[in-house]
Amino acid sequence: MTLLDAPTLGTGFSARRIGALILRYLYVLRSSWPRLLELAYWPAMQVVVWGFITQFFVTNSSWVARASGVLLGAVMLWDVLFRSQLGVSVSFLEEMWSRNLGHLFVSPLRPSEFVAALTTMSLVRTAIGMVPAALLAIPLYHFSIFDLGLPLLAFFANLMVTGWAIGIAVSALILRYGLGAESFAWVAVFAISPVSAVYYPVHVLPGWLQIVAYALPPAHVFEGMRALMFDHVFRLDYFAAAAALNALYLAAAGIVFLLAFAQARRLGKLLQVGE
Amino acid sequence: MNLMMDAVIQVQALTKRFDRAVAVDAVSFDVRRGSTTALLGGNGAGKTTTLSMLLGLLLPTAGSIRVLGEDMLRHRYRVLPRMNFSSPYVEVPRRLTVAQNLTVYGHLYGLRQVRRRIQSLARDLDMTELLDRPTGQLSAGQRTRVALAKALINDPSLLLLDEPTASLDPDTGDWVRSYLERYRGRTGATILLASHNMAEVERLCDMVLMLRRGRIVDRGAPAELIARYGRHTLEEVFLDIARERAHGAQAAAQ
Repeated sequence: MTLLDAPTLGTGFSARRIGALILRYLYVLRSSWPRLLELAYWPAMQVVVWGFITQFFVTNSSWVARASGVLLGAVMLWDVLFRSQLGVSVSFLEEMWSRNLGHLFVSPLRPSEFVAALTTMSLVRTAIGMVPAALLAIPLYHFSIFDLGLPLLAFFANLMVTGWAIGIAVSALILRYGLGAESFAWVAVFAISPVSAVYYPVHVLPGWLQIVAYALPPAHVFEGMRALMFDHVFRLDYFAAAAALNALYLAAAGIVFLLAFAQARRLGKLLQVGE
Repeated sequence: MNLMMDAVIQVQALTKRFDRAVAVDAVSFDVRRGSTTALLGGNGAGKTTTLSMLLGLLLPTAGSIRVLGEDMLRHRYRVLPRMNFSSPYVEVPRRLTVAQNLTVYGHLYGLRQVRRRIQSLARDLDMTELLDRPTGQLSAGQRTRVALAKALINDPSLLLLDEPTASLDPDTGDWVRSYLERYRGRTGATILLASHNMAEVERLCDMVLMLRRGRIVDRGAPAELIARYGRHTLEEVFLDIARERAHGAQAAAQ
């Protein structure tokens, strides 16, 4: 008892416990340079390939020629969403792989603190992956996504939150069904890619799919990005719609995770974390 | 009344069903403060399920659990900082060094001086030279020490151990048992352990709860049980109970 800080004995959210888990994930990252390299590798490759595609389209497509960075910007922002989701799911999988959930949840760690640590790590992993890719595009293709200015922050924040929502929901699925559901961590986000309007405007979709697209935050973000790049206007309506939808989906994902956690406690899954 | 006040664990009619299978069936028991109590029984008797419910990792189907005076089903976060757990079936991350693992758990338990506590535990458990090694590279005996260090990081008032010496060689097993004896003597902590090792239970435990098919079929101090069943060792008592032998049952009736 005397070893413990008094505030941790009460109930409530603890930044210290969240910090402890973040430290645990940073230790894992630090101990493995291939993991660090892997984080930056794929976004960098994406930028290189889409940079050449952009160069080709600039001379062969009047649409792309109006804003040459539109494809590269879309690629980078899509990768923000993908990395954000993976950042949550992979950190969660670290606990499953190391069979550590039992120890974590006999400590005073709350599920909400666990989720907070996963989302924070997602931010770290996304930054490690995306910053080198964004910097690489500047000398290679004379395109700086940072030129978007403050709206970039709005796009980035919205896509991060969408990624968290998907990542938390996928983690809930893995918690409920075990490592047999692990592959969803790698592919789940692609289910929404056709309706996210990443590389094309929403209006090219069939009418009923446009409704689906606008029910998801990324379509608003990518429409907002194109409005900024083509018309030099920051569309507040797109931003507000994306933010409101994100709040809804994040809350829903949190509830799904808590339900999966309660179910895992009923079924004894916290100790049996295999397939 | 005093006995109730002195009980660190109070379990009433605890039941766990998985679909139709009954893993734990209306089990009731108390664990006295400062004692070492064993849950004894064959595979599938309900030992680990009972421990999991006491830890809050598994929700019971029915019954009540009070740990350190708190209702575990409603206020587990008030109790968890004061208890801890070790099991050979739940690992700490293997990629992290021993010191990193203990640092993470030290912070999770809200310790004031994590580094100092780790140094003290490392000296105590004779594992100072292991601190900078990845946990996954350690031998089974060394990993047991690390698991014990993790279980003791918050200096728990209640320690739950699932098969603390499983798969250890006799020398390491003896070392762990001696350490647990010293720890309890020094801190007054309460220990509840599940074990298949009868010699270990005879040596460490004041009280034994005999489980069979999810039910407590007998209980008592090791010497008491041995006398009651007319046997020489706890292992013989265990076999009588596990195999439902008439000899044991008759002796018990007498």
